[in-house]
Amino acid sequence: MLPWLVKRLLMLVPVFLAVSVVIFSILHFIPGDPIDNLLKIGSSPEARAEMEVRYGLDKPLPVQYGIWLGNVLQGDLGTAIVARRPVADLIAQALPHSLRLGGLALLFSTVVGVVLGVVAALNRDRWPDRAIMGGVLVGSTMPSFWLGLILILIFSVSLGWFPVSGARGWQSLVLPVLTIGLGGMALVARITRVSMIEASGRDFVTLLHAKGLSPLRIQLRHVLRHALIPVVTILALRIGWILGGAVTVEVVFARPGLGTLLIKSLSQHDYPVVQACLLMLAMAVMLGTLLGDILQALMDPRVRAALS
Amino acid sequence: MTALLDLQSVSVSIGKVALLDGISLSVARGQILGLVGESGSGKSLTAMAAMGLLPLIGGRVTQGAVRFDGQDMAAMTEAERRKLRGGRIGFVTQNPMTALDPVQRIGEQVDVVSRLHLGLDRKAARARTLDLLTQLRIPEAAAVAEAWPHQLSGGMKQRIVIAMALAGEPDLIIADEPTTALDVTVQAQIIQILGNLVREKGVALMLITHDMGVVAQICDRVAVLYGGRLAEEGAVAPIFAAPAHPYTSALIGCIPQEGMAKGALRGIPGAVPSALAFPTGCRFHPRCDRASELCRSTVPPTDPRGDGRVACHHPGALA
Repeated sequence: MLPWLVKRLLMLVPVFLAVSVVIFSILHFIPGDPIDNLLKIGSSPEARAEMEVRYGLDKPLPVQYGIWLGNVLQGDLGTAIVARRPVADLIAQALPHSLRLGGLALLFSTVVGVVLGVVAALNRDRWPDRAIMGGVLVGSTMPSFWLGLILILIFSVSLGWFPVSGARGWQSLVLPVLTIGLGGMALVARITRVSMIEASGRDFVTLLHAKGLSPLRIQLRHVLRHALIPVVTILALRIGWILGGAVTVEVVFARPGLGTLLIKSLSQHDYPVVQACLLMLAMAVMLGTLLGDILQALMDPRVRAALS
Repeated sequence: MTALLDLQSVSVSIGKVALLDGISLSVARGQILGLVGESGSGKSLTAMAAMGLLPLIGGRVTQGAVRFDGQDMAAMTEAERRKLRGGRIGFVTQNPMTALDPVQRIGEQVDVVSRLHLGLDRKAARARTLDLLTQLRIPEAAAVAEAWPHQLSGGMKQRIVIAMALAGEPDLIIADEPTTALDVTVQAQIIQILGNLVREKGVALMLITHDMGVVAQICDRVAVLYGGRLAEEGAVAPIFAAPAHPYTSALIGCIPQEGMAKGALRGIPGAVPSALAFPTGCRFHPRCDRASELCRSTVPPTDPRGDGRVACHHPGALA
């Protein structure tokens, strides 16, 4: 499996390069630039030119890209133009908040989603199944920014159980985690249920019954084991998605984090910060995909055999 | 000989569709019963009924009783039935390629049976597993026990399935077309293994097959199913010498013989009827050359014949 892993890691290099080109160039298509935010209104063209030279914005785009990529590869994310601080500091401040939020949301959607999916599958076509699948349908169709506002309205404004915004104490995490996690939970519950029902019909399950194993043991030790393979793959793919999905939710709940930093820097055209944030999210997606592949190989000997 | 497994006019339905109609048959210890018929005749359903596994496929016994060692299985609790399955009744499936859990090591899949039914601990169960694999002539049993299912050939997998069926020291083995998915050379080995088990351990074997050649080779008795009903049942030798039911003789006519002239091998014209639209009267009449008006209108009664039974209005003469 090791040669496969090395090959798989090497394959990330071209993907990383392609992503970096897109991230870099897409920013420069947006009208306006960070200098506008720094200069006083009515500053002279000379002052502007001097600023451009200071931040290296006078050079042709490909050269700028080359310098940026070179620095990034050496671990230097640059200095924020507007915030005037090292980008690494800003990221280091924001990332833990986003990781905590995203991690808890992922945990919530996994645990609750799998449990609901199992309960639904074990009670197939009876009322617990119908109730769970009905709820899941509602949960998976609500956009998270809207869901966040509704949750704030109910639990913060009306009931006063949780704070409306901010990042103080565990209470402030509950609603954002729910907002991000509910969609994932719904997805996980649906996939768990469907793959359990699919796996229950496989030949080897009949033989497990014929061996005299109890139905619950068959469901939990064998059927669920199979059902979790696609669930784990999809969850790993969602890691980047959840970090990115946290963007709007962080803004809705006014929490510090990668999303808030990204939105703020975007509005200020603070290129180095936006590039670094987008790079983080893209890396999360890439690493999530890699993690999904690795976990799948760990869970299924047939996949391992195909890889070596 | 007292019957170990005894089906007494068992009828089975899935949903509203009646699939088995009054099947009676029995197997005794040390005996091999061949259960024969085309696909869709109800063979596998009979096996599921005998294992008490009909609910898995949404089926139920609507009439009659399945008795194991004198006990009515319908009167047992589910826990008692579970003890029978894998314990006193071993099951060998049709397709070994899909019969094993692909993400569990071979050894563990066999171990679980003796741990569950014989109460062995992990170590003793593994020792028993290795012993069984060796008995079934599996080379390097210890290595195979650590292997994953996808690393084994079909014939090896079927031996593993047989080992699982044997691990609980069963009195009865139900083998549902155990050789259908295998190469011809491997088929012969598997049939030989099953035959030896009956002779050496004195277990009862219900062998489901559509191959009359296999029946002639190792079975003591044969039961022929057609369209969910029993067509004919009895000892193998007299039935092969003089089949009473036209369907039985047609099946026997499907066995290739040495020195047969080209084109002499006969098939059976027509197709097995669908359970949704069984013919009236005798269900075989649309494909039968002896069919009369009586066959079309009236279900033939099951009459004794020799030491067996036949359900036909125009049975062939005894040899």
